Amino acid sequence: MRLEPISDPTALRRFGLPAGALVLTVLVASCLALLAGANPFATLGLILKGAAGSKFALLETLNRATPLIFTGLAVAVAFRARLWNIGAEAQLYAGAIATVLLGTGALPLPPALLLPAIALAAMLAGALILLGPVLLKTRLGVDEVVTTLLFNFIMILFVSYLLEGPMKDPMGMGWPKSAALDKAARLPRIVDGLRLHWGFALAILAAVSVWVIQTRTTLGYEIRAVGLNAEAARFSGIPVGKVMVKTALLSGGLAALAGFSEVAGLKGNLTLDLSPGFGYTGIIVAMLALLNPLGVVISALFVAGVFVGADSMSRAAAVPTYIADILTATALLTMVLALRLTHTRIRWS
Amino acid sequence: MGGAKAAEVVLRLDGITKRFGSLVANDGIGFDLKKGEVIALLGENGAGKTTLMNILFGHYMADEGTVEVFGERLPPGHPRAALAAGVGMMHQHFTLADNMTVLENILLGTGSLLSTGLNVRAAREKVEKLSQDFGLSVDPGAKVGTLSVGERQRVEILKALYRDARILILDEPTAVLTPQETAALFETLRRAVPLGLSIIFISHKLNEVMSISSRVLVLRHGRLVGEVATANTDRHKLAEMMVGAEIAPPRLAEREPGEALLTLARVTTAPHGNAPGLAGVDLALRAGQITGLAGVSGNGQSALADLIGGLEVATGGSISLYPAVSGTWSPRAALAAGIARIPEDRHKTGTIADFTLTENAVLETYDTPPYSRAGWMDWKAAENFTKTVIETYDVRCPGPAARIRLLSGGNMQKLILGRALEKAPRIILANQPVRGLDIGAVTFVHNRLIAARDTGAAVLLISEDLDEVIALSDVIHVIYEGRLSPSFPRGSKTSAEIGIWMAGQGFEGDAHAA
Repeated sequence: MRLEPISDPTALRRFGLPAGALVLTVLVASCLALLAGANPFATLGLILKGAAGSKFALLETLNRATPLIFTGLAVAVAFRARLWNIGAEAQLYAGAIATVLLGTGALPLPPALLLPAIALAAMLAGALILLGPVLLKTRLGVDEVVTTLLFNFIMILFVSYLLEGPMKDPMGMGWPKSAALDKAARLPRIVDGLRLHWGFALAILAAVSVWVIQTRTTLGYEIRAVGLNAEAARFSGIPVGKVMVKTALLSGGLAALAGFSEVAGLKGNLTLDLSPGFGYTGIIVAMLALLNPLGVVISALFVAGVFVGADSMSRAAAVPTYIADILTATALLTMVLALRLTHTRIRWS
Repeated sequence: MGGAKAAEVVLRLDGITKRFGSLVANDGIGFDLKKGEVIALLGENGAGKTTLMNILFGHYMADEGTVEVFGERLPPGHPRAALAAGVGMMHQHFTLADNMTVLENILLGTGSLLSTGLNVRAAREKVEKLSQDFGLSVDPGAKVGTLSVGERQRVEILKALYRDARILILDEPTAVLTPQETAALFETLRRAVPLGLSIIFISHKLNEVMSISSRVLVLRHGRLVGEVATANTDRHKLAEMMVGAEIAPPRLAEREPGEALLTLARVTTAPHGNAPGLAGVDLALRAGQITGLAGVSGNGQSALADLIGGLEVATGGSISLYPAVSGTWSPRAALAAGIARIPEDRHKTGTIADFTLTENAVLETYDTPPYSRAGWMDWKAAENFTKTVIETYDVRCPGPAARIRLLSGGNMQKLILGRALEKAPRIILANQPVRGLDIGAVTFVHNRLIAARDTGAAVLLISEDLDEVIALSDVIHVIYEGRLSPSFPRGSKTSAEIGIWMAGQGFEGDAHAA
């Protein structure tokens, strides 16, 4: 077996293969439903209905997609420069901590300035978390995969300490949670009465901004050059180390916005279960989007829809909600394969 | 060479046509290769030589036409079938695993994945016999990573011979070799022919084609434009056939050198991997002068290039630029000082393969106006600049938005040259500027360098091709183990005399002083 590149793939390849990947994903899901003793059509129908079947379902999906857009962008930005940031989870919590610290009365600002100030502080916190690993990488050559990954565990334990200690809500009846944010520090809903908050709009804005940065700015050019060929970049006078650091600050800041938006938009306080792995799922989201910032929005919506839909489905049918994990994983594998095959022909000899 | 008796046809190409989009890379090409024959396939970069060989070998599928080996038609698109039929291909870039031994590399891919016990002893004996028969001395137990370029090439040939290749295709085999290594390669090929091998030798170096082949096929723009017996032609006729016009050798007009724009005094640098650093180098690059640096590869050329290019700082001695610059020495500082750099490796350091021509054209200027203002890129300005370079430097390409990886080496180099020279640099660092280029591109690059010299630039030409250095330089230095010879004015030394310096003689006195 060998692979042969295709320079100009046909329309059939271009659209047929991704469609095939989707069909394959659905087939796998159907098999799993059968295995669980349920009707596959009904199961898939329920997932779809649960994800987008009603106004409530749709808004739930958008809400769930919001942190995934932020973490997906964080990963996409970093991976573009070949900076392997696996620590979006830690940066998310850093953003959440900053949000709670400043949103519970510590910042005497008028309401119009309070939220932007908190968002900026959250970004700064997330950026700082990634600063250590990136400096270790650029100065000493320490592998950032290891350091950023380990930071996730450090951060979770640190949050646990904070919630049991200094940040514990005195009115919390002993539960490990922080005090609630002031009303002025909460992200308002986009439309009154609907559960969707402005964090979603901020996520879309972030995606467009990242796209603009990558395609239109000098920094974006530097990031892409460093990612594609660091040696040529260095030769041409691009300060590779500095670009890495800037990329890290941007990436960490984006991941932290996920924490900010979850606390200020949805939860209102910090708990240990703020993120069910949004940081890690962000990697899937970014990969599915081929690191394209606008694609991140679409893939985040897809992944969020699958999870929200599966949650709702498992309440109605006897299929475990874990089907969502398998669905997203299958979608990732088949889609990556399909996109590779769009430009490659396999020959069997 | 083998006798011309009605020899058996071992390979026949018939009507091979291959299109890439609108580009016709091969247009109805057909020829025969006879047993014990060396034919040269001559053509400029982009003439379609490599495409044709890739079709022969099954890497590409031809749109039309057939390939027959020993009278059997090869199924298209199957390298394994070509291998099995006895066709061995050696690519421009080696396909060896550095961390494995010579023997392991040769055996790689010959056994089934599932078979456990390779018969290593029998294999070693076969390899040793082959190296003796063909004069390919190389230690089967040595790690490929430790071998020189010439030795690696021998391993590639052994690999093909081990698989019982009876037709050898060599794609630009001498592009990376020293003259001595080239001579050794030719010796091997001459020995191989009486043993029944047939060889297709792809090149654009005329003297090599004249020296090794018995028949020459000339490709131009994808078409077979000529076929002559080597004995009935000469370099000039071949060159004309290849480019479609007569070419003149570079000519340097007499010119008084100007002031020294860059002066190195007793400069030392740290060693460069296995290669030495600079050891007390004195050098002055003068305006309106081409300074040639001759020397065997790995004697400190890259240290000097990296120092002047801003990638490295000196550990001793002093560097003065005229006018002086302040601040830390870096690629940016070098560029700001008006130093244009043509890097040794255009794929690894000169360009970013997945960037477009436009993105590559502004690699060194992307953060200055008009391409960047207050952090925003002006892609329109960048594209206009690229269009200028494409036009002025005759870069053949689908357009400024194409990825540069699609370009041939020559066209890539022309873009790099344009990028460097359009800034009207005061100092030009040209490191192996024509390595692997065809005659047309070589002449083009040389003429541009001479033109820059004539308008007052100081040019440092680093090359492993002594003929190139001699033809182009106003003064020549030889570099040996990080030390520089005195400067030899143009015409004051023969190539044999310079060759003696390249071998390290004449430096003894300096060794103690340094």
